[in-house]
Amino acid sequence: MAVSTLRNVAVAILGAVVASISIDPARAQDVVRRPAASLTRPATPAKAPTADGFLQRWLVLEPIRVAGQLTESAVQTVVKIEHFPNQLTAIPRHGETVTVGGTELAWHAVDTVGYNVNLFHFAHALNKPTSNVLFWAVTIVHAPRDLSGVRLAIGSNAASVWWVNGAEVIGIYNDRQTVIDDGVSRRLTLKKGPNVIRAAIVNAGGATDFCARFLDGEDRPITGLSISLTNR
Amino acid sequence: MTRSGVAAAAALLLVSPVLALDGQPGMHDPSTVVVHESRFYVYATGGGLPIAISDDGWTWRRAGTLMQALPGGRPGPDVIARGGNNTWAPDVIRSGDKYFIYYSAPGTQPKSAIGLLVGKTLDPESPDYKWDDGGPVVWSDGLEDSNAIDPGVFRDPTNGTLWLTYGSYFGYIRLVELNPKTGKRLYPDRKPVNIAINSEASIMIFRDGWYYLLVTHGSCCAGANSSYNIRMGRAKKVTGPFIDNMGIDMLQGGGMLFLGSGGRFIGPGHFGLLDLGDDVQKFSCHYEADLDRGGISVLDIRPLLWRDGWPVAGENFKAGTYRIESARTGTALELAVQGTPVGGPRGRGGAGPGGRGGGGRGDGRGGDPIPAQDAAQVSASWPSGPTALRMSPYLLQAQQQWTITPVANAGGYPGSPYFKITIAGTDRALAATDDRELIVVPAFSGSPEQLWRIDQLTDGTYRVMPKAVPAAGEALALSAVGSSMPTLARFNSNSDRQRWLFRTP
Repeated sequence: MAVSTLRNVAVAILGAVVASISIDPARAQDVVRRPAASLTRPATPAKAPTADGFLQRWLVLEPIRVAGQLTESAVQTVVKIEHFPNQLTAIPRHGETVTVGGTELAWHAVDTVGYNVNLFHFAHALNKPTSNVLFWAVTIVHAPRDLSGVRLAIGSNAASVWWVNGAEVIGIYNDRQTVIDDGVSRRLTLKKGPNVIRAAIVNAGGATDFCARFLDGEDRPITGLSISLTNR
Repeated sequence: MTRSGVAAAAALLLVSPVLALDGQPGMHDPSTVVVHESRFYVYATGGGLPIAISDDGWTWRRAGTLMQALPGGRPGPDVIARGGNNTWAPDVIRSGDKYFIYYSAPGTQPKSAIGLLVGKTLDPESPDYKWDDGGPVVWSDGLEDSNAIDPGVFRDPTNGTLWLTYGSYFGYIRLVELNPKTGKRLYPDRKPVNIAINSEASIMIFRDGWYYLLVTHGSCCAGANSSYNIRMGRAKKVTGPFIDNMGIDMLQGGGMLFLGSGGRFIGPGHFGLLDLGDDVQKFSCHYEADLDRGGISVLDIRPLLWRDGWPVAGENFKAGTYRIESARTGTALELAVQGTPVGGPRGRGGAGPGGRGGGGRGDGRGGDPIPAQDAAQVSASWPSGPTALRMSPYLLQAQQQWTITPVANAGGYPGSPYFKITIAGTDRALAATDDRELIVVPAFSGSPEQLWRIDQLTDGTYRVMPKAVPAAGEALALSAVGSSMPTLARFNSNSDRQRWLFRTP
């Protein structure tokens, strides 16, 4: 039910020219909106976390319309639905599209200027819904060596479920605002090389965003990582 | 949050103490409780100065007397000559590689003396166990305005000097400086300094630039009719003046109340500091009458809190049902199950109770009371096996309410037995895991990782530790990594991560 395609070259060039945005204006449907002020198109092959460890580079899928229920059972149900093939394993690329419920949705590579990724800005700039939606986000963190005893620490508005290298590690539910380290995984190991971090964020209404970082065994942010959006 | 607010809330929450210690805590005029080679020791009034020992600070046993290790089993002749043949109210301190024990040897009061014993170990089973008679240190001749009993020994942490306070009702509480090497007076020709009056059982402690003098007022030795109570003043110099909260000098009878009778205990006296480190301070005292033990005099060990520059007597943890709130985040510990709103689900803007639509009958008077939620109402969908733990905003839901119960015959720690922590109305018990995380097991088994030590810290918050995590090999404390993740980690007193509040649900 889904088809992946590469975006055409013209769109890529246009995106590069509009340096301050990552959103493809050609995808805006009927209304031309200003680009997301907090998001830019990645301009370097790799990016380090911030001094506070926040991961600022992500691939974000345009929002999927859902019921917007935020209870644990409702969120777990909606994220377990296969909206597109290999949604828990695929490594998307910027411009790839999937079809969900007959609607073609594109992945966008973004760098956020803040500690958080503002999904409201993201969707609004695309003239996409921001309420009763599910966002998928993926990033790839390259570790210089095996890092054991670390934790993924996230915040989200609203509910979210998170996976590290395919294992579900965090679920936070109900209507909530993005608070740093709101949800924290049990101790886990980042293996040397690429590690895939995947999130599903469900918003019912209003603002929506998320943030993520890794903490070491003393709960200090880990900054010695590289984010590249590829698993190579 | 202000720490004083926390302390006040905790003091209100815990209105009556639990049983004062276990085993054989019966004693009068206890010394400071000291830790030697992981055991707790205390000495008290009585023939030959009785010894009590505890392996954990909770269960105490009698272990003979100090004088058994002295020739003749009694104070030395010089002590008896200056005072008398009685042996009362000792105090103990370690100085270098020695222990000094000061004891009261009154004759016909106020003719009294304070004698000194010097030894290398407190362990009666040690081959090095031996007490040498150090002779009299101070005395009163029966005419002067002092009664040389009730020694309290204090090391000034600012410079390592050693001091002795003493006295009982006949006039003044007095202060002399001691030689840290010998335990005797450093300047025997100097006149003792008067620092308080009309009290006894004096001892000094120090914190944040202040010297605190704690004494006992009232009368002892009349069982449930004893008016003993512990009072205090503070000074910027070790020699005073010690002024109470109302500006009254303790030399003029001043003294802010630290602890009076309460709960099932009457007549506290003979304060002693037990500083366990990591912001865990306890104090020892005796009660003249423990109503739960037939009115005998008993030792107790309780949390010592600090508020607005004054020590505050905390309460040992009391069994009950609580919400357990992280001081770091304000979120509450809960079984990781989907909660059910109290009173049942309702829409955010709907007309049901609690909705923005106003609810009730629509006349502004509200509806019928909504009953409290308990586990029996909502637990049908909870997993039956081991279940994860998390923290969430407190919403009065059943998975957020914990019943904390002392466990018999499982040992304890200074002042308290170990507790089990279960979801209220169930046997689902909080447990530590080998990988330093937490889980809720379906039923309490009594294993060490399900037994919990709950120490009140000096700011009134609590440190919560499993009795043991065998695979960890070190002491761990309940810790909030973020808003919603509880885990186990080494305790760090400089952070709110491992500070918790127990509030009424």
